[in-house]
Formats: sequence, C-alpha cells, structure tokens
Amino acid sequence: MNPGDAIPALKTTPDRYLTVRYAGASGDFNPIHIDEDFAKQVGLPGRILHGLWTMAQVARAQTEAAGGPQSLQRLAVQFRGMGLPEAEIEVTGEVREVRDGVAVIDTRAVQNGSAIIRNAEAEVRLPTIQE
Amino acid sequence: MNAEAVGKTYAPTVYAVGREKIREYAHAVGETNPLHLDPAAARAAGFRDVVAPPMFCVVYSSQSVAPALFDPDVGINFALMVHGGQEFVWGPLVVAGDEITTTVSVKSIEARAGNGFFVFESQSVNQDSETVCTGTWTNIVRGAA
Repeated sequence: MNPGDAIPALKTTPDRYLTVRYAGASGDFNPIHIDEDFAKQVGLPGRILHGLWTMAQVARAQTEAAGGPQSLQRLAVQFRGMGLPEAEIEVTGEVREVRDGVAVIDTRAVQNGSAIIRNAEAEVRLPTIQE
Repeated sequence: MNAEAVGKTYAPTVYAVGREKIREYAHAVGETNPLHLDPAAARAAGFRDVVAPPMFCVVYSSQSVAPALFDPDVGINFALMVHGGQEFVWGPLVVAGDEITTTVSVKSIEARAGNGFFVFESQSVNQDSETVCTGTWTNIVRGAA
C-alpha cells in the first residue's frame, strides 16, 4: 500500500432478514431495524440497517485489504442518512499517507448513490515484509 | 442540555467472550476469515481460540453504553436522536475465553448549530489489564440546543 493506492472495493447486499440476524448478534433490538410497521410509523421508509453493521463492512474492507483483523488499529466514521436492506453497498478507500508502517485510509460506504458512511478514516498496520 | 453530567462515569460491566457468539457475529457481518470461524485455524495462527473481528467491540461494550444513554442526568430525547459518529481504537485482539471489562463516561455535551452533541467514551480492558478497545460514541439530538 502506497499513498494514492485504492483498496479493493467491497460490495455486499444485505438480504431481507439481515437486520434481524444482526440484532441478535449485536444485541441492538431497536424496532426501527426489525419492525417494518414501527419504522414506517416513525417516518422511515421501512426497516433501516444498523449503522454499526455498515461500519463493520467498512472495517472488513480494511482488514481484507491489509491481511487480517490484527491490522486494524483505528476506525472513525460519520453516519449520514440511512442504509436499507436489499440494496448493494460498496465500500471504497484510498491510502492518504503511510507513516511508521501504518497506512491512513480515507474510506466510505455508498448505497444508491449516497454515502451512508462518509469522512471515514482508517489506520491499518501493514504486514512486515520478510526479506 | 445539562453539561453537568460531563465526566460522569458509570459502573463497569464484564462481558465473557464466547466462541459461538464470535461466530454468530462474524456470520452476521459477512466475515469469512477462518480466524473468526475455525478454532483449528485460529490455533494454527497462534491464538488460543477464535478471534473476534475488531467491530465485535460493539458486542462487549454496548451494554455498558446503554445506562449512559438512558441516564436522566444526561437527558437525551430518543425520539430526536441519531447516531452521528463513531470511533474505535483497538489494542490486542480479543479471543474466545477473554473477559472484557468496559467502563463508560460522559466525554462532552455541547450545542452546535442548534443541535445537541452528546459524546460518550468507553474503555474496554481484558483480564490481563490490556486496553483492547477505546470507543468514542457521538449521538446528535436534533434541535436540543
């Protein structure tokens, strides 16, 4: 990874019941994520994705690019708008700088043309090159 | 908005990390790395058991964040709250069998452009007193200021 390099794009489409599985896995049972009627009653288009699930996709794009979970040192994100089930999400990123073996990556998650995670910054430790 | 709650710290919670919980979480977020799923692969890589994906920090720390979010001294109006931002800084990897103790405090409460910004910090340490994750949780309450 060198400054200006893009990380491989991660594409994923959350299926219809993903939010139910993630609610169970994470313990976040807020009904806006799992109850279609409730979500509509509070003015949403329907059940929305958990922001922290989408953040996990941004994290996964970094660890898959950098060679494993031990590489990710820091991830900071801003959430905007809302993610929806059954529509593709694409995570992209570019290396801004590399210092002391750690790459700083500007990254984001886009769905239906809008960034639902934006201004995100990841720091990943690069694998040591074996001579 | 009550800035007097800034600095308030809540009782620590302890979370015992289980192998099947890691696998359940890994499947839910689409992880395919065998370190998260296969104990033999994890052991071959030098870990005691399956490794938690970094974002598994949500599982062991969010039960500690909830009391701060619901604290009447903080006074968040949930109907108007959105999760605005999140930062995690990670230390050593968490593996199945670890016991993680998380302590949450109110970092800042500020008004900006008519909205309330409520920022909480979580610090999670393992059974060896190593800090495995520090979280900064930013919640925005529209029109609170």
